[in-house]
Amino acid sequence: MHLLAAAAAPTFEVSHWTFDWVGLIPAIMAASFLITLFFGKRMGKHVHVVGVAAVSASFVLALITAGAWINATNSHEEDHSDDAAAITEFAGGETIDGVDEIAFVEAGEEGKEVEARPQAVVNSWCWFDSSDAPNSEVDCSDRAAEKPISIGTLVDGQSVLLLVVVTFISLLVHVFSTDYVGGDRRYTHYFAFLSLFTSSMLFFVLSASTLQMLVGWELVGVCSFALIGHWWEDKPNSDAALKAFLTNRVGDVGLLIGVTVLFFAAGNSFDIRTINHAAVVGDIGSGTLTVAALCLMAAVMSKSGQFVLHTWLPDAMAGPTPVSALIHAATMVVAGVYMIGRLYPVFWEGLAIPGSSINAMALVGGITVVGGGLLAFVQDDIKKVLAYSTVSQLGYMVLALGVGAWTAGMFHLFTHAIFKACLFLGAGALSHACHHSFDMKKEMGGLRKLMPKTFATFMVATGALIGIFPLAGFWSKDEILVGTSGNGDYKIPLAMALIGAALTAAYMTRVIMLTFFGEYRGHDTPHDPGPRMMIPLQILAVLAIVVGFLNIPKSFPVIGESIGLTLEHWIEPGGGDVFPVIDHGKASFAMAIIATLIGAFAIFLTYSYYAKLFAKNPRATEVTGGLRDNNKFARGFHTLLVEKYYLDHFYQGVIADGTKGWLARGTYWVNQNIIDNVINYAGKGAVVSGGFIYRFIDQGAIDGTVNGAGQTALGSGSVLRRIQSGRIRQYATLMFGAATVLAAVFIVAV
Amino acid sequence: MFLNQFLLFAAVLFCIGVYGVLTRKNGVLVLMSIELILNAVNINLVAFGAFNGTVNGQVFALFVIAVAAAEVGVGLAIVLLIYRNRRSIDVSEANLLQG
Repeated sequence: MHLLAAAAAPTFEVSHWTFDWVGLIPAIMAASFLITLFFGKRMGKHVHVVGVAAVSASFVLALITAGAWINATNSHEEDHSDDAAAITEFAGGETIDGVDEIAFVEAGEEGKEVEARPQAVVNSWCWFDSSDAPNSEVDCSDRAAEKPISIGTLVDGQSVLLLVVVTFISLLVHVFSTDYVGGDRRYTHYFAFLSLFTSSMLFFVLSASTLQMLVGWELVGVCSFALIGHWWEDKPNSDAALKAFLTNRVGDVGLLIGVTVLFFAAGNSFDIRTINHAAVVGDIGSGTLTVAALCLMAAVMSKSGQFVLHTWLPDAMAGPTPVSALIHAATMVVAGVYMIGRLYPVFWEGLAIPGSSINAMALVGGITVVGGGLLAFVQDDIKKVLAYSTVSQLGYMVLALGVGAWTAGMFHLFTHAIFKACLFLGAGALSHACHHSFDMKKEMGGLRKLMPKTFATFMVATGALIGIFPLAGFWSKDEILVGTSGNGDYKIPLAMALIGAALTAAYMTRVIMLTFFGEYRGHDTPHDPGPRMMIPLQILAVLAIVVGFLNIPKSFPVIGESIGLTLEHWIEPGGGDVFPVIDHGKASFAMAIIATLIGAFAIFLTYSYYAKLFAKNPRATEVTGGLRDNNKFARGFHTLLVEKYYLDHFYQGVIADGTKGWLARGTYWVNQNIIDNVINYAGKGAVVSGGFIYRFIDQGAIDGTVNGAGQTALGSGSVLRRIQSGRIRQYATLMFGAATVLAAVFIVAV
Repeated sequence: MFLNQFLLFAAVLFCIGVYGVLTRKNGVLVLMSIELILNAVNINLVAFGAFNGTVNGQVFALFVIAVAAAEVGVGLAIVLLIYRNRRSIDVSEANLLQG
C-alpha cells in the first residue's frame, strides 16, 4: 500500500485537565437519565429541566475540551516553529505566511503534509482482570502495562469534534422537544431516553477500546429502538422500531465478529490504537484484516444506512421528529462513519480491492449516494424524503473515507449534522403547524407566506445540503469530490457523486416547491412555531451558513489563506505508526464549478417543472399525462422506486418467509415422523407398564405400606398424646430429663 | 486458677434454676429461674475463657446477656397476656396446648 511508504507525521504529547476528565460528560448525561427516570413522575411537566441542564453542562464541558484541544494543536508550532520549518523544507513544500506551518507537496500521489500532530490522549482503567487469559501476562495491578480489557476515554481531534456536535445538537433538540412533545403522555420517558441516548453516544465516541465501542453501539441502538417506538400504541410505529432493531442486529453480529477477530489479530487487545498500529505496520495478515473489515463493514452498513441495509432508516421516521433530527440524521447514524474513521487502517487496508487502486468502501458509498437519492423522489412524506437524503449523504461520507479523503468525510459528517438537524427540526415545525401531518401533497404547500421564519431557515439548510456556494455543504461536498477525483482510480464513484449532487438538488427543490410554493392544501392557518422551536432552528441555520468556512481550501482567494483548512488542522490524527497518512486532493475550481453547474441545472429543471404545474393549478402536486403515464420504461422505474427496489419484499418475502417455509415444513416432518413416533411408543409402553405397576406394586406394596403407616401413626398418636398435656412445667421436666439422660450417655460414651 | 470452684458454683446455680423452673407456679419466678440457668452458663463461659487466656468467653457471655434480655422481654409480655386473660399468672393453669 502506498500509505505505508508515506512519511509519518511527527507527533507531540499534549495534556489538559479536560482530556483526563472528559469521561464526566457521558457520566453527567447518565446521571440525568437516572434522575429523570426515577424522579421524573414527581416533577411532572417540568421534567425536561433535568435533561436540559445536564446537556447544557455537557455542551459547556465539550466546548472547554474543544478549546483546550485547539490550543494544544496550535501550541506546538509556537514552540518548535524552527523544527516545523525545517520539516517543511525537507518536504519541498511552501510555507505559508507563518500563521501555521502546514506544508503541502502540491503534486499528485506523493502529496503528504508533514505537519506535527498532537497525540491522542488515552485514559483507561482496568475493566476485567484478564490475567488468566492465555498468552497474557497482564493484570489489573500493573497500571503501566497495556491492559487488554480496559475501559477509558480517547481524546483526539475526531472524538472532540463529535463531542461538540453531539452535545450541541442534543441541546438544541432538548430545547425544541420541550415545545414539540409538550404534554405528551410519556414526556418523562421521552426525556429519560434522550439523556440515555446522548450519554451512550458520547460513551461510544470517547471509546478507547473496540469492546467499549461495541457497548456504546448497542446502547444507542436500544435508545433508537425505544424512541422510534415512542408512540407504540400505533402498530406501524412499533413495527418500525422492531425493523430498525432487527436490521441493526444483522450488522451487530458483524461488529461482534469483527471485534473478536481484531482482538486476536492484534495480539489480544481491544485497544483501538494497538489495533490501528498493528494494521498499519502489517502485523495483521491481509486475509484476517479483510475478514475483520468486511464484518465491521456490515455493522457500518446497518447503522449508517448504507445500501442494502438502509431500509430501516426511512421507517425510523415513525419516531418523534426531534428524535429523527438527533438520532436518525445528526448523530447515531454517523456512528458507522465514525467507526470507519476510528479504525481507519483496518478498513482502508482490509477493504482495498486487490489488484486495483480502488477501495470497496468507495463503491458502497457511491451506490448509496445514488440509490438513496433516487428513492427520495417518490416519497410524499417530507421526513422520508429527508431520511433518504440522509442515506444518500451518509453514502458521501463513506465514499470520502473509501477514497482516502478521511478529513473530507469527517468534515461532511460535521456540516451534515448541522444542516440536516436544521432540516428535520424544520420539518417538525411544519408538521406542528399542519395538524401533525408530514404529507407534503395533502397538508402542505404555499407555506412560504404563512411560516416565513421557518421558510427562511429551511431554505438556508436546503441550500447547504444541495451545496450552494458559500454554504456549509458546498465546502464539504467539494472536498469529497476533489478527494474522489484526485486519489486513485475512482471514475465510477466520482460519476456517482456528481449524479448524487444533481439528485440532491432536484429532490430538495421538489420538497421546497411542494411545501412552500403553490397554494396551501390543508385547512386552518398554519403559523411559525414559538421561540423554543424557532430559536434552535435559527441557530442551526446561521451555523449552516458559517461552518463551511472552517475548512475552506487554502487556495481560496483572500480568506482561504488565513483560515483555510482550520478543521483539518484541528482534527486530523497524526503518527504514521497508528494511522495511515491521509491523502489530500488538490482543491480545484473546475470541480467546484462543475458540481455547482450540475446542481444549478437540476434545480432549474425541477423548478420549471413545478412552476409550470403551479401556473396551471396552484393546488396541483403532479403532472397528469406526463412521461410516467406515456412511457412504459419510466412507469416501471417509478414503480421500482415506489417499491424501494423491492428490498423490503426481498427481506420479508424471500429471506424471512423463505426461511420460515422450509424451516416450518422441516420442523413439521420431524414433529410428525420422529417426535410423534417416539411419543406414541413411549405412551404405549407407559400403558403396559402402568397396568403392571397398578396391580402389583401400587395395590399390593404401596397401599399396604400406606395403610400400615396410617395405622401405626394412629396407634402411636393415641399413646403419645398423653404426654401432650399442655402443661409447660411438664414439658420442661421432660426436656431437662432428656437432657440429663443425653448428658449421662455422653459422659459414659466419651 | 481454680476452675473447679467456678464450675461447681455454676452447676449449683444451674440446678437451682432448673428446680425453680420445674416447681414454681408463678410465671415471673419461672422467668427468674431461667435467668439463673443462663447466668450459670455465663459463669462457665467466662471461667473457661479466663482459663484458656482468651476473651472469647466474655464475648459469648455478653451475647448471652443480650439475648437473655430480649428473651425476658418476650417472656414478660407472655406472662402479662396470660394475666389479662386469666387474672392469674399460675403457669400450671395454662394448658391450652393440650393435645
